[in-house]
Amino acid sequence: MNRGLLTLKCLIVSLALSFAVVSSVGAAPKGNLDASGANVFDLASVQRGAALFANYCMACHSAKYMRYKRMEEDLDLTEDQIQEFLVPAGLEVSDYMISSMPYEASAEWFGKSPPDLSLTARSRGPDWIYTFLRSYYLTEDGWNNTVLANPAMPHVLWELQGIQRPVMEMVEDETGAMEVKVASLELDQPGTLSPSAYDDAIRDIVAFMQYIAEPAVLKRQRLGIWVLLFLALFTFLSYLLYHEYWKDIKK
Amino acid sequence: MSETEPLASVRAPEDPSRRRLLGAATGVVGAVGVGAAAWPFLATLRPSDKAKVIGAPVEVYIGTLEPGQITRVQWRGQTIGIMRRTENMLAQLPSLTDRLRDPESDIPQQPAYAQNEYRSLRPDILVVNMHCTHLGCIPRVIPEVGAQPFDENWKGGFFCPCHRSMFDLAGRVYTGVPAVLNLLVPPYSFSDEEHVVIGINPEGVA
Amino acid sequence: MNQLMNSIGNWVDERLPVSDFWKKHISEYYAPKNFNLWYFFGSLSMLVLANQLLTGIFLTMHYKPGAETAFASVEYIMRDVEWGWLIRYMHSTGASLFFVVVYLHMFRALMYGSYQKPREIVWILGVTIYLVLMAESFMGYVLPWGQMSYWGAQVIISLFGAVPYIGEALVEWIRGDYFVADATLNRFFALHVVALPLVLVGLVVLHLAALHEVGSNNPEGVDIKAKKDSAGRPLDGIPFHPYYTIKDIFGVGVFLTLAAFIVFFAPEFGGKFLKPDNFVQANSLVTPDHIPPVWYFTPFYAILQAVPDKLMGVILMGVSVLILYIVPWLDRSPVRSLRYRSWPSKVALAIFVIAFIRLGMLGLSQDSSTFELRLWTFVYFAFFILMPIWTRLEATKPVPERVSSS
Repeated sequence: MNRGLLTLKCLIVSLALSFAVVSSVGAAPKGNLDASGANVFDLASVQRGAALFANYCMACHSAKYMRYKRMEEDLDLTEDQIQEFLVPAGLEVSDYMISSMPYEASAEWFGKSPPDLSLTARSRGPDWIYTFLRSYYLTEDGWNNTVLANPAMPHVLWELQGIQRPVMEMVEDETGAMEVKVASLELDQPGTLSPSAYDDAIRDIVAFMQYIAEPAVLKRQRLGIWVLLFLALFTFLSYLLYHEYWKDIKK
Repeated sequence: MSETEPLASVRAPEDPSRRRLLGAATGVVGAVGVGAAAWPFLATLRPSDKAKVIGAPVEVYIGTLEPGQITRVQWRGQTIGIMRRTENMLAQLPSLTDRLRDPESDIPQQPAYAQNEYRSLRPDILVVNMHCTHLGCIPRVIPEVGAQPFDENWKGGFFCPCHRSMFDLAGRVYTGVPAVLNLLVPPYSFSDEEHVVIGINPEGVA
Repeated sequence: MNQLMNSIGNWVDERLPVSDFWKKHISEYYAPKNFNLWYFFGSLSMLVLANQLLTGIFLTMHYKPGAETAFASVEYIMRDVEWGWLIRYMHSTGASLFFVVVYLHMFRALMYGSYQKPREIVWILGVTIYLVLMAESFMGYVLPWGQMSYWGAQVIISLFGAVPYIGEALVEWIRGDYFVADATLNRFFALHVVALPLVLVGLVVLHLAALHEVGSNNPEGVDIKAKKDSAGRPLDGIPFHPYYTIKDIFGVGVFLTLAAFIVFFAPEFGGKFLKPDNFVQANSLVTPDHIPPVWYFTPFYAILQAVPDKLMGVILMGVSVLILYIVPWLDRSPVRSLRYRSWPSKVALAIFVIAFIRLGMLGLSQDSSTFELRLWTFVYFAFFILMPIWTRLEATKPVPERVSSS
């Protein structure tokens, strides 16, 4: 009994450790990404993000799996607020978040159709989106980005952020050849928002995108607490019962 | 199996009452848990958000509906008929009372606000679920007064070709036909003079 | 009232042996009294199987197989179906936890020699369950039709192309098309929701039938049937019900608490249970940067990577699983439990577990060192190949006649 218990304890500890590692990997930014700090449970942030998303992103991008309607309950908005601030002309609150841009034409304009953003926060991760939206810079060839080189999308938020220029440096690659790389970005022309206000704004967008990637997330975690408490009670009772019955067993 | 001797490894319980209590407590909590867990499973079977959007209220423009004309719309997969009845048609209704099964619409086949002589909010506009209350076929609309193969004294109404059920122009069922209930009146209201909204009660009605 | 219940009971029993069955397998099934914590994982496997069947049935009611519809229907379940997200997470988390409990269950068997005579068939059926489970989970993983589903299917099905002469034809036959396509998805759906669950349930019944025929092993490896009382009941046995049913309920409570934590707070489990790339719809034009299998397959995937030849790699990977079948005959030890063996067995098992876990980590990563891959693959096989040697040579302690208190 004791030996089994010991092995199991070791196992549980190692499982817990591996979970800690796993979750820290999940939380920590991968590669050179900046931590977004977006919080999908911050209702105000998600609401602000919704407005920004509707104004800046939905001109081109859809979130075709997301219904406006469920924001009523999840984000504590009224149907009128959603209709007025979020839903573009021609759509209704019960519709999916479909961009007004014709899908076929968009491919001609940008070289490829703007991807659907319903699940981007789950596939790319919040830090990627956050860093991506911070990392546009302008060269004589047009907009470029340090996260996604030569993006099809121009910097639609440039009026807010301002214009960043790259600071180049020479780097030696593995073969020993010299290469020019972007070392950092500096703000050349300020936008309407200060850099920290800009970061806050895209943090809100990211929070909203986390929400549309899994609208059930809010309910899921709220309910989870109660389920765990209930199961803890059940487990405690069943432990007492087990102990009671096993008094019968002679050693 | 008759107990020959007690089990070698098991002794009799010291305190059966504590055992019963704990057993009952665990059982009750467990049953609550199973019940609570069953709920989400059963709830997945209810109409989804998608079905609810598709089943949302339907607004119908009736400005161009001529007197005596009927228009059909789909609401929640049901065919809803909207008919603008003429003065003549309305005048015929009281004369049929003795041939009808439920002339006063006592059986709640309509919202309370449509339980009246014309089975409608406005006398002229009839809004009715077109499916026969017998087995769900859609009856033919025969508004003309005059002898018909199925009825010599036809005063205008609905005739179901499936099993020969007959209804008048208020959707009330005749006696002696397979259907026993009046045609169903769905919840509806008028958003203005020329628009009927099917699926929403008039304001002030829960 | 009681009399009525009794007569109804008798009426049924004369026609269907309900009471006999209950007695034989539950209330008068005598299990050793010294089961430890490792013995929870058998009943927990049954619990997870039930969970998978139940949630699976409800998911099937909303899921739409088909290349055009599958991905959207999963999002429909996650968003539009009331509580759909919960059922889906229970199913996806359950899939991973199934392997967790099955791996622990198998480890228990290796530790206490539960595969030894007379339990060879119990073990063989168990390994078969594990094999079917692998097929079942692989096909289930394809159904959401995300990028990982698609490219995982592409890679795994292509393994069959290594078969000499008929490889290409075989691959085409499995896919039912010239690439992983709608037809592939539909047949995987049929196999995942109908064929393999039936096989699994059947095998589990046989696994239990075989177990109850010979009786359960225990951490001491003592044969409790050797010492019986006058009524033919093992002296060290206790009735499964109520003692183990109630103990298992406690185990279920602990397990469900852990499982609920994952379902409600970490359903993606850091990208291990649900992979980020699988939230992108399948696209036959774009291969993801990295296509590792789900964590429970990665040890075998690592073995595949260790071999610089397609056919040999596939063969070695197949053998690495199939070799489990002959473990009852590789083990020549006169005792079952590790407790009565010497250090060679203990060290060997420990190293084997390390090799298995390390292979799992290597298979997950994109740039594992070839040296390490080969080293641990070698260790993995050495465990089985050398087993007859050390088990025969090592000294063993005498096994007591009765289960002693520890």
